[in-house]
Amino acid sequence: MRLLIVEDDAEAAAYLTKAFREVGHVADHAADGLQGYAMAEGGGYDVLVVDRMLPRLDGLSLIRSLREQNDTTPALILSALAQVDDRVKGLRAGGDDYLPKPYAFSELLARVEVLSRRRAAPASEPTTYRVGDLVLDRLAHRVTRGDGEIILQPREFRLLEYLMKHAGQVVTRTMLLENVWDYHFDPQTNVIDVHVSRLRSKVDKGFEHPMIHTIRGAGYMVRDTAR
Amino acid sequence: MTRPADIAPAGTPAAPRGKQRLLPNLFRTTAFKLTAIYLVIFALFAGFVLGYVAWNAKRLLDDQIRSTIDAEIQGLAEQQRLGGIRRLVNIIERRSRAPGASLYLVTTPVGERLAGNVEALQPGALDHPGESEIEYARSSDTIDSPSRAIVRVFMLPAGFRLLVGRDLEERDRLGVVIRRAAGWSLLLVFVLGIFASWFVARRVLKRIDDMSETAHSIMAGDLKGRLAVTGTGDELDRLALNLNAMLDRIGELMAGMQEVSDNIAHDLKTPLTRLRNRAEEALRSARTPDELRNALDASIDEADNLIRVFNALLMIARLETGRINDSMAPLDLSEIVSGMAELYEPLAEEAGLALESVVEPNLLMSGNRELIGQALANLIDNALKYGQPVGAAKPLVCVTAARADGQIALSVADHGAGIPEADRNRVFERFVRLDQSRSKPGFGLGLSLAAGVVRLHGGQIRLEDNEPGLRVVMLLPAAQPKPVETASNEPPPPSTTQPDPAGLQTA
Repeated sequence: MRLLIVEDDAEAAAYLTKAFREVGHVADHAADGLQGYAMAEGGGYDVLVVDRMLPRLDGLSLIRSLREQNDTTPALILSALAQVDDRVKGLRAGGDDYLPKPYAFSELLARVEVLSRRRAAPASEPTTYRVGDLVLDRLAHRVTRGDGEIILQPREFRLLEYLMKHAGQVVTRTMLLENVWDYHFDPQTNVIDVHVSRLRSKVDKGFEHPMIHTIRGAGYMVRDTAR
Repeated sequence: MTRPADIAPAGTPAAPRGKQRLLPNLFRTTAFKLTAIYLVIFALFAGFVLGYVAWNAKRLLDDQIRSTIDAEIQGLAEQQRLGGIRRLVNIIERRSRAPGASLYLVTTPVGERLAGNVEALQPGALDHPGESEIEYARSSDTIDSPSRAIVRVFMLPAGFRLLVGRDLEERDRLGVVIRRAAGWSLLLVFVLGIFASWFVARRVLKRIDDMSETAHSIMAGDLKGRLAVTGTGDELDRLALNLNAMLDRIGELMAGMQEVSDNIAHDLKTPLTRLRNRAEEALRSARTPDELRNALDASIDEADNLIRVFNALLMIARLETGRINDSMAPLDLSEIVSGMAELYEPLAEEAGLALESVVEPNLLMSGNRELIGQALANLIDNALKYGQPVGAAKPLVCVTAARADGQIALSVADHGAGIPEADRNRVFERFVRLDQSRSKPGFGLGLSLAAGVVRLHGGQIRLEDNEPGLRVVMLLPAAQPKPVETASNEPPPPSTTQPDPAGLQTA
């Protein structure tokens, strides 16, 4: 994955490029908004990570300008402003995701990977998600594993749907709260973990290979370990 | 490179600058401008009044003169009719000798003087009958300084002419008197006006100057200073009262900020110290990579907690300044409450509590879904933390939402230890944690945040005794009922009370 990090703080930028390179991504760095715009305009990046406050051209204007050029490269906005309306402004400017500072790198990585995968995915979502012997039929609202059907509550269904949609990718707790419950605050307790463990008890109980994995310090991942 | 054109004008006014500044400053004061305007208006008005009086006086005198002349002519005509020219000449001879302002002259058809007290006339004065204003002399020695008079020329039979008139010296003297009086009174008006309006303007502007003086001292750091209020209730008083109210409000906000920063300093120092100690301890005594890793993990957790506190504090501060107002939108509170109850239900079960929700459908209001959701999450979180049943009470946390008197009442109730009545107001303050909760995780910001959210939405929050336990009640203003077309295919809401329109406006 090719990333462009537009960040004016040299130390933060160095930390990010190093961290992304360590996990195997190509990360370029632009130190101000205009440079970032010029580099992004050339294209070729899978995801842009844009600081909101930048010299010469602020992050929101940068993204807005790109969108006016019909450039749809997914962009994640990093911002020290973390209030409700700031997020809305960021997304309205054309950003695809919004992460308040300070953040955990694992959170940023998980979100960036989801964004890059979203771009590669076909425009229409499949009606069925399949991971190993676990099958989720989005139209019939049915989940089966092997030969047996798994009965899920509506919210559990949406939780599994989101996890399976991003199978093989790390999904963080805040991403789950955002996408399954549509809230963006920090729940401060293990409220999401309890939901996942309930789901896990229905999906994985009695099977040799678990589907839902806990990724320490980051979140969860649905992955077939049978192969 | 020298540019003389630039240097010359800059250099010349440098010398007399000190003296020149004093006068322009005076011209620039509002007192001076007001005084000048008053004076001009006053002088114009006085001039007009005096002019009118003078003009009327002249007209009156002229009328008098004319009627005197008319009466004399009538009398003389009578005499002439009775006794012919000779009798007329005799009478005029006699009258001319009497002192007075009356003028008489009788001439032959060729202009030879027969009788009268006029020695010289301006040429052609006798040619036309009728009234005119002319110059004349009574005797030959005053011929160089003629007097003025209003005269009437009368044609007598056989070409004789009669002139009767009145000297205008009296009238002209009166004119001089009036002009002099007008001049003096204008001067007086001018001088008095200068003093009066300067006095009035100074009196008003002195108060304004005092105000700006006070403002200056407040800016210089005397934050307790207030503008003087005279108690007359005039415009300046009202201005002072409003500015004082503004200063009070600013003072309150600053005191609030001060309190927050004090609290932050106090309550963040503890975890920061802990973080630092932990890092230092790891550096000193950790021997294996695993020990170091654990210490680092613990440090990150500690840092995350600090970030949470910061975020919560920032959010509370923002709620209190009401800066999220523009993100209000119509929302269904029923959906939020049901969703939150559902979100926390597994957590409650894990804590050995039953989470029950009783939610009336279609609770519509205007608000911010995220904020209300978070406030509710905080309350449910608290209930799960502190709601472990006391004694034989049921392990139950109950979340309800229903209409109540045009408002929406949202409550979270538990059967835990509750909060003593004396502490119920205190717990809304930032960082306040009661002794019983010290052992549990948390920062004492959850209720403050919920209270901030409720206030922002124009509602109220209060704590009640759930006998046993605690019930937190949030009253939020409801929106107007749905329009008719959508309401028709749904059952009417159970409450028949009208929503409070005032509540809507604040939402």
